[in-house]
Amino acid sequence: MNAMTDWIEIGQIEDIPRQGSRVVATPNGNVAVFRTVDDEIFAVRDVCPHKGGPLSQGIVCGKRVACPLHNWVIDLASGEAAPPDEGRTACFPVKAVEGRLWLKLVGSE
Amino acid sequence: MKKQKLIVIGNGMAGIRTVEELLKIAPDAYDITVFGAEPYCNYNRILLSPVLAGEKKLDDIILNDDAWYESNGIALHKGRKVVAIDRRRRLVRTEDGLEANYDRLLLATGSTPFMLPVPGRDLPGVIGFRDIRDVELMLEASQKYHRAVVIGGGLLGLEAANGLKKRGMAVTVVHLLDTLMERQLDKPAADLLKRALEDSGLEFRMEAETAAILGRDRVTGVRFKDGSEIPADLVVMAVGIRPNVDLAKSAGIHCERGILVSDTLQTFDPRIYAVGECVQHRKQLFGLVAPLFEQARVCANHLAEYGIARYEGSVTSTKLKVTGIDLFSAGEFQGGNGYEELLFQDPARGIYKKLVIESNRIKGAVLYGDTGDGAWYFQMMRDGTDISAFRENILFGQAHLGDAGHGADNRAALMPDTAEVCGCNGVCKKTIVDAIVQKKLFTLEDVRAHTKASASCGSCTGLVEQILQSTLGSDYSVSPAKKPLCKCTDHTHEEVREAIRSQNLKTIPEVMRFLDWKTADGCHSCRPALNYYLLCQWPNEYRDDPQSRFINERAHANIQKDGTYSVVPRIWGGVTNPRELRAIADVAEKFEVPMVKITGGQRIDLLGVPKEQLPAIWAELGKHGLVSGHAYGKSLRTVKTCVGKEWCRFGTQDSTKMGIALEKMTWGSWTPAKVKMAVSGCPRNCAEATIKDFGVVAVDSGWELHVGGNGGVKVRATDFLCKVDTEEEVMEYCGAYLQLYREEARYLERTAHWIERVGLAYIQERVVSDPESRRALYERFLESQRSAQIDPWSVLARESERRHFEPLRKVG
Repeated sequence: MNAMTDWIEIGQIEDIPRQGSRVVATPNGNVAVFRTVDDEIFAVRDVCPHKGGPLSQGIVCGKRVACPLHNWVIDLASGEAAPPDEGRTACFPVKAVEGRLWLKLVGSE
Repeated sequence: MKKQKLIVIGNGMAGIRTVEELLKIAPDAYDITVFGAEPYCNYNRILLSPVLAGEKKLDDIILNDDAWYESNGIALHKGRKVVAIDRRRRLVRTEDGLEANYDRLLLATGSTPFMLPVPGRDLPGVIGFRDIRDVELMLEASQKYHRAVVIGGGLLGLEAANGLKKRGMAVTVVHLLDTLMERQLDKPAADLLKRALEDSGLEFRMEAETAAILGRDRVTGVRFKDGSEIPADLVVMAVGIRPNVDLAKSAGIHCERGILVSDTLQTFDPRIYAVGECVQHRKQLFGLVAPLFEQARVCANHLAEYGIARYEGSVTSTKLKVTGIDLFSAGEFQGGNGYEELLFQDPARGIYKKLVIESNRIKGAVLYGDTGDGAWYFQMMRDGTDISAFRENILFGQAHLGDAGHGADNRAALMPDTAEVCGCNGVCKKTIVDAIVQKKLFTLEDVRAHTKASASCGSCTGLVEQILQSTLGSDYSVSPAKKPLCKCTDHTHEEVREAIRSQNLKTIPEVMRFLDWKTADGCHSCRPALNYYLLCQWPNEYRDDPQSRFINERAHANIQKDGTYSVVPRIWGGVTNPRELRAIADVAEKFEVPMVKITGGQRIDLLGVPKEQLPAIWAELGKHGLVSGHAYGKSLRTVKTCVGKEWCRFGTQDSTKMGIALEKMTWGSWTPAKVKMAVSGCPRNCAEATIKDFGVVAVDSGWELHVGGNGGVKVRATDFLCKVDTEEEVMEYCGAYLQLYREEARYLERTAHWIERVGLAYIQERVVSDPESRRALYERFLESQRSAQIDPWSVLARESERRHFEPLRKVG
């Protein structure tokens, strides 16, 4: 089994509050897993491209999160910072199957 | 759905700004076609003066190039004049016979310079000052000829004269009246201006009425009513503008001096809108750019079928775009007639300031030589701020209110390029100027987004506005008087709160639905504000939404730059004991807290705690009776005290006891922004009560109450609220004042700014002079405290809550 390429079960969708996030701790740092108001799930590296703030702690609106340190707004689907800010954080494949959450640790670095 | 067709007649600033606003909110609503009579892309007409003066090049003032039209799918017809509108068939026709259909039509035909009806006005060499073509003619003339006459000593005329002089011509300005720029300046300021312009080499003929333009094949001179003549190779008429209404008129659209529009910018034909210098709204015509931008925003809102915005007229300010001359004017600058006037004159430094006041409110301003506070006066004028509390200092400027601090800054125009403007984000003047010029920024919000200047603490906002003003020249677009809560809505803070109250709205989604929020679930600006407003309006009932709180208030700890948190237990009135200190020390040791620090608010800060550890630390502290200090919240922080009469030989009252009582009453209360208090035992004021949001200073006969102080960004000393006799009164006044602040200040607005906005007189009216109002406020405060005083740490330290602080899973 290869942890880098396999789907890993990380918990239930209810474990994450709507418009909220929890992290998955990995040897390479935290991955932030988000649940939007419509129960969509996204996963990005928990590091803001600006000054490294923990995105998991930000306020989630639509499919975006505002970094808690300086309010950069990051698109959860692409990892891109909203213009005019420029930068990108890595995204990870994540899916919900029958309420269970699965994450793959191959990032779009 | 098939797209509707929008045709815009006029490729100038007003028309294209409307299109830009429309694209922002409804990018797919229309197929857009733009007709422009000039053979250029959209350019910044207000910057023609600097182009004429050689300070800018034509390329610098293009706002939208061909690529912009293309990438937005806009069909642009440059150099094609629309000559007819067929309203029945809903189509427009150009001079060369092109026809195009519309579902909605936007008229932005602008204005033309008014040419005096005197003999010779059609001679070659007689021109207006309106477009790129006029500038080219002037530049051509300046190379071949020497003597220029500018008729009209208004804003535009003086800018033209200055430009021609810079191009090497000898220029005489002819003015009908004895006052230059009489629509913006009073006589003393106009005289200072005239002297400065004379020193720079311009000549003036005042109170001179033009009778004829002389010459046969080209202009050779100007003759006046009194028979005197002056020679001229070029005559520029700058005596006013006329709205271009011919096209609208010929289509049967009702016009007076301009095309008549309603508050929704619609003409008498509801399919046809109009914006800019061609319109007449509530009897007003327009010549400055700021109102055009406000109109554009409203018009776009209706074109997008949102249907909620209204244009209710603009208050404008003016600045002259002549290098080296600092001049600002706004509102009812003339005074007289029941107005009071505040005057400051320093002839040696060439400074003149006049504020026109009515009932302690600014109605107008003229500033010459030192315009640094123009933006501030203008803001207060638009907000109707009561200035009675600082009236005696107002002419000395904002920096002289309270104390200096970081907010006091120099005049933008004189700053070197390398000077740091925004100390928070390290932005220097040149970065801002470059962004304004290269990225074509017009508003404070634009500059904030692109440079981050003034985007953090905001203390340099005035300075950034000044840089905008001095870079853009005269009338840059000031932010509209009515400020929406955030980009998700057009409603103001006050309108949102009123809707919550009157419509009985109880949740964030309900508010958003009722007020037609533009986003599905708001943004990081509006959600915390709405959460607070609901909490404040429906105490003991509203269920707090943690996901709409900033992380500090969600985690009940302060996030640090490395993602760890800090923990500050409450230390009542700054008084502690060995047991508490031992508990804190034990926790710090047990959890290996990296740093233990004494705070400015007489407490102890444990810094560098990982999120997972927070509940365990709280549980440990809780065992010894230590509770959350709310050092992280928009809430009551600390009540700082001195030792008071119990120990101090100067003390007049028991300030520690008073401070602890205040803290016991107010802790746990959520407020629009953080609130700090202090109690000093005598006027020596060791607890620094006069820079707190609420400060109490003991005197022998009772207690002085002070409000609206701030020791932060800009030091602001408190205003004296009143004096009371008893401790009970201190409690009641404090509770009432806090409740008024909670109910009426905007979210994130500190008491200092709130008081500067509404005026001390208003606070005194509600809290001091009207006992019934005070008691009602006090009771509402106590009522809301019933369910607020639950220690969040003890709740979150429970086993059942701890998972919120832990990773979902650990891998590898």
